[in-house]
Amino acid sequence: MSKHGHDHGDSAPGDERINAHEAASGARGYTIGLGLALVLTALSFWIASTDLVWQPAVPTAIIVLAVAQMGVHLVFFLHVTTGPDNANNVIALAFGVLVVLLVIGGSMWIMTHLNHNMQMTADAMKMRMP
Amino acid sequence: MSAPAAPEAARSDRHDPYALGRGGHGGGGHEATGHGEGGPAPKRTVVAYGFWIYLLSDIVMFSGFFAAYAVLSGETAGGPTGAQIFGRGRVAIETLCLLLSSYTCGLGSIAATRGSRPATLGWLAATGVLGALFLGIELQEFAELVNEGAGPQRSAFLSSFFALVGLHGLHIGVGLLWLATMMAQIWLKGFRPNVQRRLMCFNLFWHALDIIWIGVFSIVYLLGYRG
Repeated sequence: MSKHGHDHGDSAPGDERINAHEAASGARGYTIGLGLALVLTALSFWIASTDLVWQPAVPTAIIVLAVAQMGVHLVFFLHVTTGPDNANNVIALAFGVLVVLLVIGGSMWIMTHLNHNMQMTADAMKMRMP
Repeated sequence: MSAPAAPEAARSDRHDPYALGRGGHGGGGHEATGHGEGGPAPKRTVVAYGFWIYLLSDIVMFSGFFAAYAVLSGETAGGPTGAQIFGRGRVAIETLCLLLSSYTCGLGSIAATRGSRPATLGWLAATGVLGALFLGIELQEFAELVNEGAGPQRSAFLSSFFALVGLHGLHIGVGLLWLATMMAQIWLKGFRPNVQRRLMCFNLFWHALDIIWIGVFSIVYLLGYRG
């Protein structure tokens, strides 16, 4: 690292020069990332339209493929790695992911229960007034 | 108050007095991250980290729109459902445009690291064309939906759809303006350090928008298409 004149240990997200010796670096890294992303996208679109896959598994499969593709983008395009020079970037990312999961998961959890309870009330009212 | 410390102790106090995070080097130059050596990080690292924090907050804002869409996607108020209005061909083309633009944007940043101005401008122009293509297709889809009476005022589902996808399209539009500005700056000013930092932030922004689009096409279009 110090060979290139980077005396400080932290690397910026998306920085090209510091990760110059890793697999996800340079034009080759971007090309690998593009290939992986294309494969994952094609799988996603194929699974959404085919009848060969057990249908109740399709939403889970699409979400898993989306998360995998986001990981590919993070590693190959944004150069976020697990190395010690990326610790700050990864901690910030982890906090962001935590908030995102809380907001989306919490909203869906609460609203599903709310809809379920409202459904019960509507049924009860229907039974009361035949 | 006791007597002033011995010169030996005073000198070591100027370094980290609690020896926090030092691995047995006695305050000597340890190279690893987080060990407090070498003073503040270079401006390039600080700027990119600050922009990274902004991007994460932007993604948190998107999560609110995603949550609204997830909750409201079934509330069609007798209007069209996702399965009726979403076609996969157009979304596949949009996804391809944005993915390729992310790729050309990355190649542009490599060209900028090499210091090659024509290559950087060329890749950035390709990024801009692909981004504009994406935005054009999206606007065409919005216009068709509004003409069919499936505008944002039709149902809660369509409101949340237009809000989420429109917010992403707005980001792409702002990104295109930023891209044009960066191309002008590289053209006129060359690779000054501040221009390079702005270009790095633009790269982060563009890649982050592609990551958000993965969520949009998976959750809105592919899951919505199945109904």
